[in-house]
Amino acid sequence: MQRRILGIMLGTFFAALIAMPVVLKHFSERHASIGTAPQRAAVTARYGFCFQEVAKAAGIDFTHRAPTLDAKLAHIMPEVTALGAAVSIVDVDRDGWQDIYVTNSGEGSHNHLYRNLGDGTFQDVAAAMGVADVNQASTGVSMGAVWGDYDNDGYEDLLLYKWGRPELFRNEQGRRFVRVTTHAGLPSWINANTAIWLDYDRDGLLDLFIGGYYAEHVNLWQLTTTRMMPESFEYAQNGGRKYLLRNRGDGSFEDVTEQLGITSRRWALAATAADLRGSGYPDLFIANDYGVSELYFNEGGARFREVGKQTGVGFAPKSGMNAAVGDILNQGQFAIYVTNISEAGILLQGNNLWVPKAGTAGESLTYENLARAMGVELGGWSFGAQFGDLNNDGYLDLYLTNGYISADRERSYWYDFSKVAGGNTTIISDAQNWPPMAGRSLSGYQQKRVWINDGAGQFFDVAQVVGVTDTYDGRAVALADFWNRGVLDVVAVNQKGPLLLYKNTVTPDNKWIAFELEGSVSNRSAIGTQVRLFWNGHEQVQEVSGGSGFGAQNQRRLHFGLGKQPHIEKVMIRWPSGQEQTLTAPQIGHIHRVKEPV
Amino acid sequence: MKQDLSASPTSASSTTRSSLSAWVHWFFSIENRYLAPMFITCILAAAQWSFGVLESYARTAFAIVTALVVELVVGRLFWGQWPHLASAYVSGISVGILVRSPAMWPYALGSALSITSKYVLRLKGRHLWNPSNFGICVMLLLAPDAVASLGIQWGNYLPPMLIVWILGSLIIWQAKRFHICATYVLSFVLFAYGRSWITGHPFLAEVAPITGPMYQLFIFFMITDPKTTVQTTWGQCVVAFLVALVEMLLRLHESIYAPLYALFLVGPTANLLEIWWHARQSATASAPSPT
Repeated sequence: MQRRILGIMLGTFFAALIAMPVVLKHFSERHASIGTAPQRAAVTARYGFCFQEVAKAAGIDFTHRAPTLDAKLAHIMPEVTALGAAVSIVDVDRDGWQDIYVTNSGEGSHNHLYRNLGDGTFQDVAAAMGVADVNQASTGVSMGAVWGDYDNDGYEDLLLYKWGRPELFRNEQGRRFVRVTTHAGLPSWINANTAIWLDYDRDGLLDLFIGGYYAEHVNLWQLTTTRMMPESFEYAQNGGRKYLLRNRGDGSFEDVTEQLGITSRRWALAATAADLRGSGYPDLFIANDYGVSELYFNEGGARFREVGKQTGVGFAPKSGMNAAVGDILNQGQFAIYVTNISEAGILLQGNNLWVPKAGTAGESLTYENLARAMGVELGGWSFGAQFGDLNNDGYLDLYLTNGYISADRERSYWYDFSKVAGGNTTIISDAQNWPPMAGRSLSGYQQKRVWINDGAGQFFDVAQVVGVTDTYDGRAVALADFWNRGVLDVVAVNQKGPLLLYKNTVTPDNKWIAFELEGSVSNRSAIGTQVRLFWNGHEQVQEVSGGSGFGAQNQRRLHFGLGKQPHIEKVMIRWPSGQEQTLTAPQIGHIHRVKEPV
Repeated sequence: MKQDLSASPTSASSTTRSSLSAWVHWFFSIENRYLAPMFITCILAAAQWSFGVLESYARTAFAIVTALVVELVVGRLFWGQWPHLASAYVSGISVGILVRSPAMWPYALGSALSITSKYVLRLKGRHLWNPSNFGICVMLLLAPDAVASLGIQWGNYLPPMLIVWILGSLIIWQAKRFHICATYVLSFVLFAYGRSWITGHPFLAEVAPITGPMYQLFIFFMITDPKTTVQTTWGQCVVAFLVALVEMLLRLHESIYAPLYALFLVGPTANLLEIWWHARQSATASAPSPT
């Protein structure tokens, strides 16, 4: 009898265990995301903001084109050409309005520079200014662009990175561009998918970091071998080399990569630089595909030391595709967001939100991944993501785009992909062994994420409610205040898809302040300058960035949301030169233009 | 001095030979039930040391501890004595390696399901499913949003693969179950050729999965599990062949976890058939003979 009761109890326990995943899923879905769209006014009232897609109305009609590589890759062409839609923000003519540069990747296609006319519309001036016709099989096609005033003349110059020959264009007073690649001494060919401007040695001159993806000896239009794919899905070290190019100050650059300790050949997809330790020097974070992320501590501008494992960010190999930093907890420290792949039931890498561990700083700085705990872990096949206070409530939110290849909705390539990706290196590294895609999708048609930060350690996805409903294959995202209204708008570009311009409407109850900085001793773009804002008991730090996210660069202007009835105690500015400046009680709801004191 | 020097290598060589011989003797005298735990621990340690394969130490430890605790509690309640923990350890460590999830709970749930299934899903004193195969399949089927299995993680390099295959084969040989692995591997390669012919995909693409880590665990620990395989040698070979056959059919329908599901379907079916066959034989033997 007792044995029978035990049997019944055990059977009940077993049934409960089997039911548990279903129950947990039910509750987690209720908790993680917020329903479907009510009316805009109600949404704005509830969440503090709402988006409206206005690209065409604003005069932007751009659709990205992918390249056509060597015919030996024809069977997997959608996969090997799934990158290249990139966007960067610049005020190209210093008129106070943010402009948009977007890259194209089809051979013979044009890049576009959309100049903001200040009346809510944009005009493409790329061809007129000489930065449109840059995509050819002979010299490569665009993968992204970043802006920085490398010659300190007050106008932002353009570094275009490609699968091919990188190009540097000098901005001539905002009127036209002059190609200065040859004099700059840039490498002749890099299959690059990331580049950033940074002043790593704080000499007042912007330097360049460029990260290779495919090895630099591979010409994707004229393959000598099909053994050019990654040697491992998560431990590959046969990618492109990295380039740290020091600005000599005479318009040319010097390759100091190995000399400064960067020898990685991982497959870099994103990089960003920020002073993570308060050393005054920018540290370098690289998100790698097919492997672990790398974090390089900058040792006084004399050397970079890789500390991925030491700090915890370089332990578990994933498919890193994004690197962005933000002070998400208003604690005066940066968290780092890295995107990866998550496909239900197949591959759940989960995105990483690396938050500094309490009590660690400086040399002892270590991170823990709080993506799951904070609700920003699962974002599909994630690509570009950026931090920004989208509703001006005083906390940084997170916009993420995703989706890899949207083709036939009914047929997926995942099975064949996983089959080969798990195989031995001799199999995976040879493109000939990859089964044909044959029009199938691979994590396509995915819903984007707009995670709002509740300020108490949780993010909630409100994308569908606030008007972000597209399902294109998103790549790059950049944030900027295109209408100078004190809000962050979003521009998202999609692989083989349109550019989307999401105009933001924010409740006027939430206040804001912004800073547009110009270096004098420091580099004139002020890249690397930190602004620390103290208000209502909060402290938030932001840094001017020379590139972040995936294939993207936000506006250089730093935008702070302040919430309701803010009282700003002070603003501390630390310039790359080391000079510190304090502003007391600056006017709220105003863009402050601050020049570094000489 | 010269003599000493020349003598040393001979002496060292002799010592090496004798220690190797002692090791081999020790190895082949180990009780079989300790081989699997030892081997899987070695794989885990080597894989983690060389590649960092685990989602995290904490998650794998959580899976192992859960398996051990559930085994202790349920075994004690069910049998009235403390159970041997070798089997639970293998189940826990298998779940800890094969389940991939950013969350902690799937590791505990997978282990708990694995162990509990041994006590609930049984007939005539035998449990029907390989415990970790059951736990992982149920998790994959019911919690796809939270769980994936180790398929494409782990190194894709040849040397570690060869080491695991050689060491695994030695251990399985010692456990007298090498024929199961050999039948399965040969069948898989044969069916890979068949799939390549049917789909038109490169043969290497079809054979690629067996070079991955999931198969190392699958071949050495799941299909050879003594408690959930049929008893005769030829029967074991037939079952291994059928697992590969069902796997091929599932693969033709693009099932990513085809081997796990194939064993999930074929293993208990074979066990049920054998139980039925034994019962029928017993009944025939005990029936009064016609006069």
